[in-house]
Amino acid sequence: MTQFFQSLGMTYEWAWFVATIAGILLIALPLMLAVAMIIYVDRKIWAAMALRRGPNVVGPFGLLQSFADGLKVFLQETIIPAAANKGIFLIAPIITFTVALMAWAVIPFNAGAVLADINVGLLYILAISSLGVYGVVMSGWASNSKYPFFSAMRAAAQMISYEVSIGFILICVVLWAGTFNLNGIIEAQRGHGLGLVNGFAFNLLLFPMWVVFLISSLAETARAPFDLTEAESELVAGYQTEYSSMSFALFWLGEYANVLLMCALNAILFFGGWLPPLDWEPLYLIPGWIWFFAKIFLFFFIFSWVKATVPRFRYDQLMRLGWKVFLPLSLVFVVLVSGWLMFTRYGVPA
Amino acid sequence: MIQLLAFYLFAFLVIASGAMTILARNPVHSVLWLILAFFNAAGLMVIVGAEFIAMLLVIVYVGAVAVLFLFVVMMLDIDFAELRAGFIRNFPLGIAIALVLLAELIFGIGAYKAGGLELGTPDGAAAPLLGESNIESIGAMLYGRYLFLFETAGIILLVAMVGAIVLTHRGARAPRGQQNIGKQIARRPEEAVVNTKPEVGQGVQL
Repeated sequence: MTQFFQSLGMTYEWAWFVATIAGILLIALPLMLAVAMIIYVDRKIWAAMALRRGPNVVGPFGLLQSFADGLKVFLQETIIPAAANKGIFLIAPIITFTVALMAWAVIPFNAGAVLADINVGLLYILAISSLGVYGVVMSGWASNSKYPFFSAMRAAAQMISYEVSIGFILICVVLWAGTFNLNGIIEAQRGHGLGLVNGFAFNLLLFPMWVVFLISSLAETARAPFDLTEAESELVAGYQTEYSSMSFALFWLGEYANVLLMCALNAILFFGGWLPPLDWEPLYLIPGWIWFFAKIFLFFFIFSWVKATVPRFRYDQLMRLGWKVFLPLSLVFVVLVSGWLMFTRYGVPA
Repeated sequence: MIQLLAFYLFAFLVIASGAMTILARNPVHSVLWLILAFFNAAGLMVIVGAEFIAMLLVIVYVGAVAVLFLFVVMMLDIDFAELRAGFIRNFPLGIAIALVLLAELIFGIGAYKAGGLELGTPDGAAAPLLGESNIESIGAMLYGRYLFLFETAGIILLVAMVGAIVLTHRGARAPRGQQNIGKQIARRPEEAVVNTKPEVGQGVQL
């Protein structure tokens, strides 16, 4: 895109600047639309599994329900509790929302269709997703109310615990792909399974890591069954209890943008991102972004499915799973994967 | 132009948030300013081309250390009057440390100006080699030339971790209801529910 703006007679720096701004808008605006639609999809799937109809009034099939909800919260009054720490109370939802959008900068939508093709892409995502906890912790503290505070404590411990095992899983993938660049990781999956299937998930050593990653990404985004930060049976609405109107909506949007990001990561790291599922020539005629969106959608369906069917974990069970099951398991697999690669790819040094 | 603007933006924010860290009245605000300082320092690292260090700074310091920091500070029972009394009492010590740091700074800059160390010139010569990523260079360094030091650092950290656990471990506590997840999952309805027809006045044996 930089070349295009340069051809309009701009200097390289300004062309780059304008191209980046345009790229950000090109990603962020459709993403907001996608978040609105995915909330509708989530409610529809959830309703279907409970044999209900779900939203079906606003627009055809209720498609415009999310926009009606958005308009509603937009027109509501923002209430700031008198005892709240005002500045942080207002910054917290903005942080959640911004951080959820930032990570999309390195997600490749097609070959070369990525805003920032940096060679530490995966580390960038890890860094940004570790920032996500601040929105929750700050809102919980600034609300100056006990349920949000409990929720913030839970969120801080939960996200750190699961980030550790996610880090080790990512190391397994990076070892196999030989790069931190997300496009490079996708390219490394071409014909990975018997020269037929694109995707690391069809690798005997990486498949268990994918299962662990899927569960960890549920915990990382605080989705059911790990939604202890907003467990309504014990904490009212968790860290969102004191929020209303747009500040509440920002949490809501940020949360779903994060869920979509985790679905995208599942697709990129283990299912070949924008590659078609099979390494078969006619399938490449379909544009890569369609495959990518289809995979994101598939994973989002799994997320909704889990939400509709699995009961919520108890907090000690959550911690046990994170520290006593996933962490040792992913550590063992780091050793296994690196050992296998040492044995087959790099050769054992004499 | 854009690099220059970004540099001054990040540099200003690092210094401003560093100053706010010590000026803020509320300890939680201090920690949040500190986090902002970390984050902007990472931005500076990206500008000089050390993107790996920048990401590690964010992941380790902002993502893990500062969260635990915030976790602890948020739960403090803060008494502002006591804090201020402590300030007066510790003032001489603080001045002493500040003087030491100032002296070190003067010595360091003096030594640099005197040409004692060859640090290279800030004209972009220190920019990363083209075609070789940060991670590869650092990995080759750490696992090649400095392998022994690297592993030693790992062992030291492990010992520190074991030490912290030993210090805080409370030993065997009174037995409490331990959960056996595998046993719970393996339980089937047939063995969980028993149908009996006891004689009147006999009761059942559980």
